[in-house]
Amino acid sequence: MKKVILGDHAVSYGALLSRVQTIAAYPITPQTLIVERLSEMTANGELDAIFTKVESEHSAMASTVGSSAAGARAFTATSAQGLALMHEMLHWAAGARLPIVMANVNRAMAPGWTIWTDQNDSLSARDVGWMQVYCQNNQEVLDSIILGYKVSEQVDLPTMVILDAFVLSHTAEGVDIPDIKKVDEFLPPYKPEIKMDINDPRSFGALTSPDVYMEFRYKMQQAMDKAKKVIVEEGKKFGEMFGREYGLIEEYKTEDADTILIASATVASTARAVIDELREKGEKVGLVRIRVFRPFPTEEIIKVLEGRKKVVVIDRNISFGKTGIFFDEVKGAFYNSKGNKPPMFGYIAGLGGRDVTPKVIREIVEDALNKDKPESEIIWKGVKL
Amino acid sequence: MKHSDKDVKIKGASDMPEMPASLGSMAHNKTASWRNLKPVIDESKCIKCFICWKFCPDAAIDFIDENTSPKINYDYCKGCGICAHECPVKCIDMVEEER
Amino acid sequence: MSKLTIPQEEIMSSGHLACQGCAGALAMRYMLKVFGKKTMLAVPACCWSVIDGPWPYSAVSVPLFHTAFETAAITASGLKAGLVAQGINDVNVVAWAGDGGTFDIGFQAISGAAERNDDILYVVYDNEAYMNTGIQRSSATPYGAWTTTTPANHPKDRPKKDLVEIIAAHRVPFVATASVAYPEDLIKKFEKAKNTKGFKLIHIFAPCPTGWKMAPELSIESARLAVQTRVFPVYEVENGVHYKLNINVKNPKPVGEYLKIQGRFRHLKEDDYKVIQENVDREWELLMRKVETFK
Ligand SMILES: Cc1ncc(C[n+]2csc(CCOP(=O)(O)OP(=O)(O)O)c2C)c(N)n1
Ligand code: SF4
Ligand code: SF4
Ligand SMILES: [Mg+2]
Repeated sequence: MKKVILGDHAVSYGALLSRVQTIAAYPITPQTLIVERLSEMTANGELDAIFTKVESEHSAMASTVGSSAAGARAFTATSAQGLALMHEMLHWAAGARLPIVMANVNRAMAPGWTIWTDQNDSLSARDVGWMQVYCQNNQEVLDSIILGYKVSEQVDLPTMVILDAFVLSHTAEGVDIPDIKKVDEFLPPYKPEIKMDINDPRSFGALTSPDVYMEFRYKMQQAMDKAKKVIVEEGKKFGEMFGREYGLIEEYKTEDADTILIASATVASTARAVIDELREKGEKVGLVRIRVFRPFPTEEIIKVLEGRKKVVVIDRNISFGKTGIFFDEVKGAFYNSKGNKPPMFGYIAGLGGRDVTPKVIREIVEDALNKDKPESEIIWKGVKL
Repeated sequence: MKHSDKDVKIKGASDMPEMPASLGSMAHNKTASWRNLKPVIDESKCIKCFICWKFCPDAAIDFIDENTSPKINYDYCKGCGICAHECPVKCIDMVEEER
Repeated sequence: MSKLTIPQEEIMSSGHLACQGCAGALAMRYMLKVFGKKTMLAVPACCWSVIDGPWPYSAVSVPLFHTAFETAAITASGLKAGLVAQGINDVNVVAWAGDGGTFDIGFQAISGAAERNDDILYVVYDNEAYMNTGIQRSSATPYGAWTTTTPANHPKDRPKKDLVEIIAAHRVPFVATASVAYPEDLIKKFEKAKNTKGFKLIHIFAPCPTGWKMAPELSIESARLAVQTRVFPVYEVENGVHYKLNINVKNPKPVGEYLKIQGRFRHLKEDDYKVIQENVDREWELLMRKVETFK
């Protein structure tokens, strides 16, 4: 069934179709519509889940951790300040190896107060052990929630499904809402091997000495490695069933491209039109959208970028004191690769919700095309001096 | 991975669960060595009130039956002295541990 | 005289890592005797995260989830929701936390769970300081007490936070104080909590010989003296308004008898004893008025 819905509502539908059993969430703009719609869905019986209206995001994640540990399929959603408040419990969810799925609406961090999009909230949670999926449209948001559970429940790591504030969260788009029976076929009920169970009583998360702690962390990394395969496999299966395939990265007109633009989320979907435009002018440019940021698609990135003449990365985020974070990671992926390392240009754009229009993207690519090498590690696009 | 009462030997990641879920009971951990003084019940004076049993924080006093004096489990008793202090007829002595 | 006055079954095993004479361990032993094996625990950072034993062990034969310091209440709520969502309705979930995790850092989550009337039992074993991290003051530390952050020349200068009154103000079904020195009363309260739906909280006075600088054999004695001096009244409140005094102390002992056996009060002078006595008398009077007015 096709419906025109907001990105936030795509999240709610994704949770509904995944038959989540518990929800615990706390409102924050621009995530509120998710919570409101899920409240309606649980109140009118459309969704058979227990919704705990917690008193904070820290508790939202702690509650979700508890429910998931008890063996339920658990869901929550947040944004920016809320995600930051959850931080301790993000580690808990991952370290306890719980297949929680959470939507995070990308919103810039205060101060000054802002509600508009950038990626510094989710990227500050880069190293907690969650998978991170950056979506480019509302359809992908809905699909990624379902896929999130499918993958998480196989690798025992949580998934964060990320959508841009307003650009997706509050923008209506046509979305195919799959038949729940078909989703049931794709996503069977959650049946963990080990859980909080009175018939198999255990403690979870006790003191771990230096003798064993590292081994648990090694296992998390192994699970991330496994997730790379599972994400691709399940993305294919999803494509076969629903006609929309998903992977770690998405390529657009890269085959013969000399210059590759790398972007994520809605900046990447906007960039597609710019690629077409530049192609018409005869520039051999292509686009790589990084969809999954954790686990990081190192091999895939190296494969598409090796031997190209230039790489241009747009970051809607910044690691203060370093560079854009995607730029940093793409560069890092290359260091030990054998092949030719193309020069890389790292642009910062669109912080705090400043529009990243086709014009902005075109100027970025043209700037890179006109130079042999980047003049600095960070190139600020559009900052007023 | 089953739960056991014995000491659990771990080689490495391959015999560990994914998350730190327990595999055994602390019952394997004999705490007798924590003790400096050892409670000894004078059964001839014991009135079988089981107050010592009731207050032992280590569950280290065994209840046998109502007509038998409780038995101190010296594998676990940490020698805190609560049993001796709480005994209403003062029939438990804390004696120096022989080592 | 030869009958057991509390249940025989032991669900907490020996071999745990509590110090000699730890009343926090004893409290757990009592709770599990009543709650039995159809119970799950949420334990935040506190001495009990050590007492239960390091991975791969546990000292209790019920499922126990170690959780973050400030999340005992909400982790328990989450566990309960997760169980009910799977149709498992006959398992009791107990949050088991220290005074720091309760009176201080976990306070907000407790208030949330209480206000929503989540169906859990919250137990605080109160040893009146942060013991896990080496005896720092909490808002449950009493007036005049030494801790490593309230040194003897500048001891705690504010009274203990009145937790039970704050929880009662949430109008929850059941909130009570209890003492390890009165196990029969405590057992009765656990039974009541087990048979009451909604949010329950039991505040257990649980001496810590290590942190109180006191001989371990005095654990129970000090808890008894706290009740008999009226320092720690044992009472309960139903639905936030029905007060009941469980242990009436008709002829109270002077507070000095309680204070003088503990090293943490060693620096106190006669004048300090007087101030503490006055505080205790006033608090008792206040409680008695509530008990008489709100039956
Ligand atoms: C967020 C956070 N802050 C601080 C700590 C350190 N910490 C662990 S236990 C503890 C004190 C616990 O005190 P209490 O709750 O009274 O329990 P007790 O140790 O006395 O049994 C502290 C401060 C922590 N684990 N987490
Ligand atoms: S000395 Fe303490 S640990 Fe030993 S039996 Fe007596 S009460 Fe238990
Ligand atoms: S420090 Fe105190 S509360 Fe902690 S285990 Fe030791 S006696 Fe018990
Ligand atoms: Mg404490």
